[in-house]
Amino acid sequence: MSETYDTASLASRMTMFVPHAAALGMELISSGPARGVMRAEWRPDLVGDPDTEVIASGVVTALIDHTCGLAINAAFDLPAPIATLDLRIDYLRAAAPRAGVTAEAHAYKIARSIGFVRAQAWDTDPDDLVATAQATFIINPRV
Amino acid sequence: MDAAAVQSLDSFLQRVPYVRFLGMRVELAGDEMTAVLPFADHLVGNPMIPALHGGVVGAFLELTALAQISLAQPGLKVPKTVDINLDYLRPAGPQDTFARATVRKIGRRVANVQVEAWQDSRAKPVAGLTGHFLLRTVTE
Repeated sequence: MSETYDTASLASRMTMFVPHAAALGMELISSGPARGVMRAEWRPDLVGDPDTEVIASGVVTALIDHTCGLAINAAFDLPAPIATLDLRIDYLRAAAPRAGVTAEAHAYKIARSIGFVRAQAWDTDPDDLVATAQATFIINPRV
Repeated sequence: MDAAAVQSLDSFLQRVPYVRFLGMRVELAGDEMTAVLPFADHLVGNPMIPALHGGVVGAFLELTALAQISLAQPGLKVPKTVDINLDYLRPAGPQDTFARATVRKIGRRVANVQVEAWQDSRAKPVAGLTGHFLLRTVTE
């Protein structure tokens, strides 16, 4: 792997360069200015409720957090060192049994040191959400 | 700690595949539960610093809340998370993380739980969670 973090594509930086994103099998679906969409497929080892085989809400949390970070990074030309300050998630309903999850995030305001992001997640239909979220990130200056 | 509560907790930890995926376990001292998330490479979110993924920390806090509910009210199905508020206070480094939860209110339908996670010192928390969880009886 000759790519380095700074020269890698946004897709690589958000997936194979992040051990936990790789462990969850996260995939970058699309990105645009201050926006991004990512997906995590259902797997037996990611189940949160053994009675229903529904994916764990923790996976949804990680996917949303990561997609929010993607949205902020997509607002900059170069990778920005960022950290989550707070994240609120409403779980509107359980995902369908054995269904993966897709998350979409929009960094609707990038201030000098703080980024504000909204996100939502669904299993099969983007109009039938499983979760909505609101997050703020601190944006550190590049060294 | 009564046996039913410990059995309820054990069953939660052993039956949920995602708990094993993260590698989380708990320690009991009397009725006080401490959740432990041993460091592992697949939990890293930022390999440059390195730091645990924010989603891992959030998921660990949420699972700690669910584990504490299973102790407080044995015999329920895994509660459904209604909402969580996560505050990230310090970077969580590549080392073991601990968490303790307080069930602030457990009603007929909903529990309100607060959780705090730390690494080196409990006085320096790395993250906190407040969440609501929908309780479900086994017959439901």
